[in-house]
Amino acid sequence: MSTIKNIQNDIVEEFDMFDEWMEKYEHLIDLGKSLPLIDAKHKTTENIINGCQSRVWLHADFEQDKVVFTADSDAIMTKGIIGLLVRTFSNQSPQDIVDADTSFIDKIGLKDQLSPTRANGLLSMVKQMKIYAYAFLAKNQ
Amino acid sequence: MISIEKIRAQFPALNQKVHGHPLVYLDNGATTHKPQQVIDAISHYYSIQNSNIHRGVHYLSQQATDAYEASRETVRKHFNATHLHEIIFTKGNTEAINLVANGYSKLLNKGEEVLVSAMEHHSNIVPWQMACQNSGAILKVIPMDKDGVLDMDAYKNLLNSKTKMVAVNHISNALGTINPVKEMCTLAHQVGAKVLIDGAQAGPHCFIDVKEIDADYYCISGHKVYGPTGIGALYGKEELLRELPPYQGGGEMIATVSFEKTTYADLPHKFEAGTPNIAGGVALKYAIDWINEIGIDNIQKYEKELLDYAHQQLATIEGMRFIGQAKEKAGAVSFLVNDIHPYDIGMILDKLGIAVRTGHHCAQPVMDAFEIPGTIRASFAVYNTKEEIDRLVEGVKKAKSMLE
Ligand SMILES: Cc1ncc(COP(=O)(O)O)c(C=O)c1O
Repeated sequence: MSTIKNIQNDIVEEFDMFDEWMEKYEHLIDLGKSLPLIDAKHKTTENIINGCQSRVWLHADFEQDKVVFTADSDAIMTKGIIGLLVRTFSNQSPQDIVDADTSFIDKIGLKDQLSPTRANGLLSMVKQMKIYAYAFLAKNQ
Repeated sequence: MISIEKIRAQFPALNQKVHGHPLVYLDNGATTHKPQQVIDAISHYYSIQNSNIHRGVHYLSQQATDAYEASRETVRKHFNATHLHEIIFTKGNTEAINLVANGYSKLLNKGEEVLVSAMEHHSNIVPWQMACQNSGAILKVIPMDKDGVLDMDAYKNLLNSKTKMVAVNHISNALGTINPVKEMCTLAHQVGAKVLIDGAQAGPHCFIDVKEIDADYYCISGHKVYGPTGIGALYGKEELLRELPPYQGGGEMIATVSFEKTTYADLPHKFEAGTPNIAGGVALKYAIDWINEIGIDNIQKYEKELLDYAHQQLATIEGMRFIGQAKEKAGAVSFLVNDIHPYDIGMILDKLGIAVRTGHHCAQPVMDAFEIPGTIRASFAVYNTKEEIDRLVEGVKKAKSMLE
């Protein structure tokens, strides 16, 4: 299994192939369209992340010492963004998730679009993923 | 005929590129840009007039006080209010509505009723919910139809002797609907209720005549009428403002203070505790003067043309869904394209240098009523052009092709 760092580097490389914002957006849209959907039963109000202009559902399972995330959003670009986060954090150990930094977001050249002050709730998504990881850590101690 | 080119030249912020494209600013419902004379007034105030008002006997304090009070007179005239002391300066409509609602939380009795419309901005809902919670009064909602028009029959049925307050916007920020506020006041007054009109979106687009409307309270935000942020004006009928308990306590709002008893200052100062936004107050005059130099009737005529053109051109996009189809509309067009999330379209428009608002526009109940997550809202000012609307339409087409 790749480390979080490796996956983040892959993502940065992937986005480096595109010079233009439009291509980056199209890639994000493709990622959004291909994100495996969250199980309908997890699309509950409790699983909605606040702070997003679009609705985002995030669900976490704990399987064999790893956290498995599934997520969905009603906006495709947001879905693309969560897709990137799910790719980096899913199937990782809770400790690694808690420790991970997210500066790779800056490096994929979508900083303007994905900056925490935007109303896209990126920060809330990362925070919620880390909260799940903390919770699993706490439970296992 | 007004020259849009000459008007645009007065707005330095319009002359910039965003992501490599000339800015198309269609988020005027959120806030308008400021003409040079407003910017100059702020700068002039801090460079020369700066002083605290209503306090010093010295020269500068008098200058600042005169400039601030001149602005109050400008607002009075603009609203066609009778008395200068019926104009209260606030930080904006949110504060104005809280000021009145806070007073009402003490005036309302258990079981009495407050009506708000189904198309209110959160700032004309939440303060009333709080007033009702504090007083035991009941909040009721005037429904709207599928076009985003208030149901006047339902309104008439809701009004009764227990109704004490009707809070309604003059123009809806989410839908652009112009509400029949004059008729609503007449009906409310027949049962002895008072009416607060949230004129945030009407300020830049309409004549405001509080006497003709017979409004009990009417408020505007400076930043939506080409003026500074952090300043607004609330009109209230004299006798009502006298009865309304003060909002905040502090300096400026008192006549005498001792630890046993404080007596309040006369109107309008009773509602203006503390040092206000003096620069904003001074500059508000320049914004309103600017509007009146162009003439509200000219603005209305031109903006109507823009709005009609926007509807026409946007309608050529396949899957266009206009949200809010009232016959009487001003200032804004709200829409969706098929089921594409407004946020996705907004993000792409931004990259094309086009500023629109996406989301629920602080009117979640409106979105719930239409069962949509939000809309894309293009909102206009007198400096916008048909070419900019063409850019919007092109942008939406581009976004649609990327997203579908
Ligand atoms: C209809 C309406 N009411 C009230 C407000 C609140 O005004 P402010 O944010 O200036 O206090 C707004 C601003 O968005 C508005 O559009």
